[in-house]
Amino acid sequence: MRRAEPLLALAGAAALVGIAYAAPWLRFVLTIALAKGLAVLGILLLLKAGQVSFGHAMYAAVGAYVVAFAAPGMGEALVLLPLATGIAGLLGLVVGLFITRYREIFFSMLNLAISMVLYSMLEKFYAITKGTDGIRVAPVTFAGLSPERESAEWAMFAIALLLAFGFGIVARLYLASPMGQALAGIKTRETRLEFMGVPARHVLLSAYVFSAVMAGAAGAIIAMTTRHVTPLLAYWTTSGELVFIAILGGAGGVLGPFLGAAAYELIRVHAAAAFADLWQLTLGIALLLVILFAPGGLWGVLARLFRRVRA
Amino acid sequence: MSASDDRSAEGREGLNRPPPDQGVMLEARGLRLAFGGVRAADGIDLSVMRGEFLAIIGPNGAGKTTFINMTTGYLRPQAGSIHHEGERITGLSPRAIVRRGIARSFQLPQLFTEHTVLENAALAIAARLGIWSPLAPLLRREIREEARELLARFGLSAIEESRADTLNEGARKLADIAMAVALKPRLLLMDEPTSGVAASEKMAVVETLARVLRDAAVTAVFVEHDMDVVARFADRVAVWSQGRIVALGPPATVLSDPEVQREVIGVSGAIHA
Repeated sequence: MRRAEPLLALAGAAALVGIAYAAPWLRFVLTIALAKGLAVLGILLLLKAGQVSFGHAMYAAVGAYVVAFAAPGMGEALVLLPLATGIAGLLGLVVGLFITRYREIFFSMLNLAISMVLYSMLEKFYAITKGTDGIRVAPVTFAGLSPERESAEWAMFAIALLLAFGFGIVARLYLASPMGQALAGIKTRETRLEFMGVPARHVLLSAYVFSAVMAGAAGAIIAMTTRHVTPLLAYWTTSGELVFIAILGGAGGVLGPFLGAAAYELIRVHAAAAFADLWQLTLGIALLLVILFAPGGLWGVLARLFRRVRA
Repeated sequence: MSASDDRSAEGREGLNRPPPDQGVMLEARGLRLAFGGVRAADGIDLSVMRGEFLAIIGPNGAGKTTFINMTTGYLRPQAGSIHHEGERITGLSPRAIVRRGIARSFQLPQLFTEHTVLENAALAIAARLGIWSPLAPLLRREIREEARELLARFGLSAIEESRADTLNEGARKLADIAMAVALKPRLLLMDEPTSGVAASEKMAVVETLARVLRDAAVTAVFVEHDMDVVARFADRVAVWSQGRIVALGPPATVLSDPEVQREVIGVSGAIHA
């Protein structure tokens, strides 16, 4: 199945472009889905080590607020994106130095706690952050060009797709590398790693920083696409949403997060339209069905179908 | 000489191993460690000679594993010192000790259960080589070849693609030790390398181990409960009791000591003639 991933990724990308072209109103939804897929890819790395972060939305929020603060001064997307991901990665390094000392429930809850500290700061420092009103993001340019609305949407969609591909490839290589395999070793036999001379904490830290970078990129895309950032981006339910998508998509491969994110956003949009007061119930039922009947997530279902077709 | 002594001498000769030289590989002096009121190490003095296979025997709770844990950095002694090839290693971290050429295997095999046997060996080799590139594959050609060669020496080639959590106990033990050997240690400490292994497989496991360690010129210290294995495998035997070494010497001498037989080995553990 791993060998088929590049082909499936290309097919998936073609399908997304086709949908975005055929249904323009879904272009926005798919751009957000790709961005969330990036953040979930970071969650997947940590899941490989058996760790769940219930606070990773904080890095997306940092990426988004960096864009919101910096856009009025230098509103170039190709500058804002690396800036946002760099600062999110730097914060990931600082937090990670402390948090990678802990495992399992302590790791999860400390991430949540720190994300809620950030949420409170964004909410309370009104003079800087405009509190719960949030900040309207100034329009950005793309390589110096200021396209019309539809072209700008396509540009953001293309950037999200390219970043999804880029980070997806890097994550795939990373997971197959000694570092990535050692990361999976933390889940099963961390003690053994230490007795092989491998600093397990450093291995987890590298994955943590990488995941923060991807979440930062996701936040930057969300900010430039929605053109409005609020503290809700850092709220714990947003982090929970990322974990939800990770389970929905499945942790078996790097396509799982994007599959999960696309499914999540599409279910949400259609459920909200069809059952305005019950869309969360619809999402909950979808997750229950996945947990009960497809513990490998949507990616696991796809992999099973693929194997059956090949057989 | 008793029947057991005959078997012991014949066994070691059968291993075709040169006698250990006189250099000291590991030296423990006055090691003390207590857990509450239980003295797991109560003044341990022990020298392990370069190239020798030293067996540690004794009843459960005697402090055998504690000695291995102190030597490999998992536990820090409250008093005393440990020197390896003349360098003090007391209280160093497991990582620092591995870098000094000391590896260990575990009573309960510590394999990466979601990885294949080949990947387990490859990870240990990558760790030794310090290859941590985040973008090049673990199973690159040079690592894969070395891992396969290592597993072949341990007779594990047929199961190299099996996930570690699907192996029988004998294979798990060998894979666990293979990972330690992949680190190319000069000193290997093994905690009950044959425990849990079926009686029919035990001697085969020991023969394989002896051959690999001999070829790699590794000094070995191993905790063992099976006196047949001790007699077959060890150059010297240290008898542990209540955190102390109560007897030390060649297997033929130590294992035939009536007091050791009565207090430590017991009737059921006696050597089978």
